[in-house]
Amino acid sequence: MREPERDVREREREAGRGAGRDGRGPGRDGRGARRVAGWLADAALVGYFVFALFPIAWMLVLSLKPADQLFSTYFSFTPTLGSYRTVLGGGEGIPFLRFFVNSLVVSVGAVALSLLVGLPAAYASARWRFKGSENLMFTLLSFRFAPELTVIIPLFVLYQRLGLFDTYVGMIWVLQLVTLPLVVWIMRSYFADLTPELEQAALLDGYSRTQAFFRVALPLVKPGVAAVSLLAFIFAWNNFVFPLILTSNEAQTVTVGALSFLGGDRPKYNLTAAAALVSVVPPLLLALTIQRYLVRGLSFGAVKS
Amino acid sequence: MGPRPALRPYLLVLPALLLTCGILYPFGLGLFYTLFDFSASRPRPGLVGFGNYRTMLGEGAFWNSAWVTVLYAVGAAAAETVLGVSVALLLHRSSRIGRVLEKILILPLMIAPVIAAIMWKLMLQPSVGVVNHLLRPVGLGGVQWTDTPAGALLSSIAVDVWVYTPFVAILALAGLRSLPASPFEAAAVDGAGWWYTFRRLTLPMLWPYVLVAVIFRFMDSLKVFDIIYALTEGGPGDSTMVLQIRAYLEAIRFQRYSFGISYTIVLWAVVYLAAMVLVRHLGRVQRKAAEAR
Repeated sequence: MREPERDVREREREAGRGAGRDGRGPGRDGRGARRVAGWLADAALVGYFVFALFPIAWMLVLSLKPADQLFSTYFSFTPTLGSYRTVLGGGEGIPFLRFFVNSLVVSVGAVALSLLVGLPAAYASARWRFKGSENLMFTLLSFRFAPELTVIIPLFVLYQRLGLFDTYVGMIWVLQLVTLPLVVWIMRSYFADLTPELEQAALLDGYSRTQAFFRVALPLVKPGVAAVSLLAFIFAWNNFVFPLILTSNEAQTVTVGALSFLGGDRPKYNLTAAAALVSVVPPLLLALTIQRYLVRGLSFGAVKS
Repeated sequence: MGPRPALRPYLLVLPALLLTCGILYPFGLGLFYTLFDFSASRPRPGLVGFGNYRTMLGEGAFWNSAWVTVLYAVGAAAAETVLGVSVALLLHRSSRIGRVLEKILILPLMIAPVIAAIMWKLMLQPSVGVVNHLLRPVGLGGVQWTDTPAGALLSSIAVDVWVYTPFVAILALAGLRSLPASPFEAAAVDGAGWWYTFRRLTLPMLWPYVLVAVIFRFMDSLKVFDIIYALTEGGPGDSTMVLQIRAYLEAIRFQRYSFGISYTIVLWAVVYLAAMVLVRHLGRVQRKAAEAR
């Protein structure tokens, strides 16, 4: 059985060992050449991270620029929070704060529904071999790779007839395409890692199956549930094509809303940057808290760490 | 075990099954629509059989989109694989800087791709964008990033690379950390060089992990939408008109529902076939790797 949680120090020690085993650790022959190679490697790494972080930093710069200094200078200006006030205060006729709340509601709703129906399915398919189980699992996984528009265009027609267009319910429903496969596949790998003997012992102690699930199995995979919930939330939050087509104003989310600041005859760079930053803050903060579960999460349980 | 042990798993998966059917229904409906000429201007559509597909396959626009989609997917997946594995190798050395940087490796990946494209759009603007400003000292201040056909495609791929390289790097790094130590110790004792060790040991053993990442990236880039929608909307001309963007324009903007869905059905078939081939290949690679241990 693999431990889902790992001590950070242990991981670092292991990483250190890895460096040594490559024969590139310190204390071997050719120390000078190795040191230079080490510097070059660090420089390459720093180069990549400059590329990776510069856009985020630059958005911060743009968002703090006053409108009249947007293009006159690049790096020297008087910083102001005016852009954030405009964006969050509903400036430009764009109710961005409401879009933010909408993103929150539909993402939480989608994750809750996915957990509700996904956890039992994941548990069942990890514990019992039954007819059709693999088919269901692979159908779910195939959603992950289906072009979204295949489902959305018919839904666009259907939702308008059913009155689900531009509603929370409609969005939460369609976001299952994103969140449900994630929850089922990842939680299945967590449940499969649990030895069934623990639950069997609980059954012998007179627990019912349901009690064994809630009191034994579920607490043991709690870190997995937390991680998968956050990851599913991030993916739902970051989704763009569903709200683009299936909402117009009432249920619109930040990913679509941020794009509206680019519209008009003159794009408002400072407002666009502020809106972009506001919409990436929740996923970024959550991502940093689930670092060590990401490998399993991102690979749908295919790679464990 | 409870009273009806045989029935229990079915009851547990029932809700998920129902939800799955709820998603399969619009898919089936879409497939059905493609047999008609359903559009906003024809609310009472007539049966056209495979007419939509025939029209589509006879149009140069379709083949252009298919070609652009393949270029995009291959270019993005290849660049992300090379860069992601390189970053993973550099982080695996675990220098002090590397340990700090590893903690923020994930950031671009957690930004919505559409927001990433918006960010890059502001930066790549030819006259006032910061990228050209920074390139001006080396005489490259006037690059028309998204306004030329080749530039637009390369810029969209670059945004894809910016967002998704951490995905490959994270999976590759996990792979590197789970490799057994003994072959590397033996190679070091034999005095094997870095390149030899990498090519003969690291890469073959790492490949199953990298392949998982490559498969995810290739399939996702085949159905790219967000990045191109925000960055170029398919232009200039049709130079970045990937299949999902074309489908969107046909179905939503021009409201030719049946015709638009036909595009996505073809894309779905391609993605599905690619998935089958790649997953089978992955299975072979993983078995071989398991035997080699």
